[in-house]
Amino acid sequence: MKQLIIPVLLVLLGAGCSSTPDAPEQGGAPVESRGAGVAPVTADGVSGSKLPAILTDPKSILSKRSIYFDYDKFEVRAEYKDLVTAHAKFLADNRQFKMLIQGNTDDRGSREYNLALGQKRADAIKKMLTLLGAREEQLESVSLGEEKPKNEGQNEAAWAENRRGDMLYNGEF
Amino acid sequence: MLRPLLKLRGLSLIAFSTLALLQTPAQAELTIEITGAGANRIPLAIAEFGGDAGVARVLTSVVRSDLERSGLFKLIDTTGAAMTESTTPGYADLKNRGADALAAGSIGPSGDGRQEARYRLYDVNKQSALAGAAFVASTPMLRAAGHRIADAIYEKLVGEPGIFSTRIAYVVKSGANRYELHIADADGQNAQAALKSREPIISPTWSPDGGRLAYVSFENKKPVVYVHSLASGQRIVVANFKGSNSAPAWSPDGRKLAVVLSKDGGSQIFIVNADGSGVQRLTASSGINTEPFYAADGQSIYFTSDRGGSPQIYRTGVSGGDAQRITFDGSYNVSPRISPDGKTLAFISRRESGFRLAVMDLGSKQVQILTDSSKDESPTFAPNGRMILIATEIGGRGVLSAVSIDGRIKQRLSIPAGDVREPAWAPFTN
Repeated sequence: MKQLIIPVLLVLLGAGCSSTPDAPEQGGAPVESRGAGVAPVTADGVSGSKLPAILTDPKSILSKRSIYFDYDKFEVRAEYKDLVTAHAKFLADNRQFKMLIQGNTDDRGSREYNLALGQKRADAIKKMLTLLGAREEQLESVSLGEEKPKNEGQNEAAWAENRRGDMLYNGEF
Repeated sequence: MLRPLLKLRGLSLIAFSTLALLQTPAQAELTIEITGAGANRIPLAIAEFGGDAGVARVLTSVVRSDLERSGLFKLIDTTGAAMTESTTPGYADLKNRGADALAAGSIGPSGDGRQEARYRLYDVNKQSALAGAAFVASTPMLRAAGHRIADAIYEKLVGEPGIFSTRIAYVVKSGANRYELHIADADGQNAQAALKSREPIISPTWSPDGGRLAYVSFENKKPVVYVHSLASGQRIVVANFKGSNSAPAWSPDGRKLAVVLSKDGGSQIFIVNADGSGVQRLTASSGINTEPFYAADGQSIYFTSDRGGSPQIYRTGVSGGDAQRITFDGSYNVSPRISPDGKTLAFISRRESGFRLAVMDLGSKQVQILTDSSKDESPTFAPNGRMILIATEIGGRGVLSAVSIDGRIKQRLSIPAGDVREPAWAPFTN
């Protein structure tokens, strides 16, 4: 019986459809509400400006901005003491300058967890700069996690390059 | 006779109005490859739909590929002859071919310039009709009508809602500094770029109403959390405090977001209103607290913390209090996600030097590893809870992989020219 009714029913449905096209029966929303339009957006980002030569001259220690970390470690190694001290002194002598410290990790594991690990590295550099004379308000420590690798390779040498903190002055970020 | 007919009409008709939509397709579309299927697949014959041959072919192909891709159906070869919803099925022949169910239908003008797609589903053994419906759609929405038919067949035969009409979001990286947040149909088609940036985009997550995405963008050289309304392209900054802002997670009612902020030192979980107001700190332990995810009832939050010496998953109430440790096996368990029914935890576990998708039955605490890949990341549940989409790597390239919660069914989604990552499966929207 049911089998006989339904073909007839569908014919009726066809007619019903065009006369009441927007009747949302059975809770059926328009297909379009699921496939709704997506308005594209372009993120512009930021651009830099000129820095004093002492920060960029390759002969100046202040042109060196990267600090590398051991695997799963967050302490600034002793070999970077002079570098961090020089930047702390520059910041102490030039209070108008601000610094963004970006922590980075290799790409193994969760992106968000790596973001938090990179934050630990950036925070360690920031703490040392503060102890050596830079002011808290001159410094911001952030993490790029595994998102901006210096070396895209999948080996220990590449990973070591990516376990890194970078110090950027205003104009560079 | 009239009364039951009217009642049936209400049950079986889904009509939709049509808006002319200008869609800009993204350049590269996802292609899907099935790499595993379920053990007990339902033998289903889907006849060629009747009507204009070209249009009918598209419709038939959408319905067939949706259902086949689910891994739950074994498609039975049909004779190739078109069969409409009014054709009397040749039950004996179908039975000989091994089919338990038959779907047939047609596509034709609805009389107002649109197309009407109809289908009927039959039980071959009982020789009776199981379900039927008509769908009205504009020609550009033909695939959507096919997905609706596939959803209806799936629900009737499997007993749970289908996800073929849902959408997914993911990030494509092509070249050194080209990042695009894409929105596509669940079958990878109709991909559209919602955001293009020269800096990374991570952690997209859909609002419960399916209209907005929260994500982390690095366009200002640091992680900032945005909420992006897809239809308008309007974005609001939800968290841009000093330090890093990341890992957004919507509350089930869509009113709040859990986010991770480093403004007070370390990485701590905070809860903010969806407009960025009313920031309140949730976690207090030293070290890392990140990757919050609301429990299905909205009363607690799962998250990743290294408070015990290694990253593990914990749970705490939304008003704070002591955290309870959830994972114990292994030294690296991260990225907790709760299934829509609240019963299953999906996460990433480091095993035998590989990062793999795992699920835990929250009742029995039983853990099952679902993959044998080595770089799984970012799990996201399908809204019916049947599949989990993850990012993984094959041949050094980022791809998405959909894995059934029993691990039997696997599909791979990839884009030839780029790395695909950070998937987020949209909720049901009606």
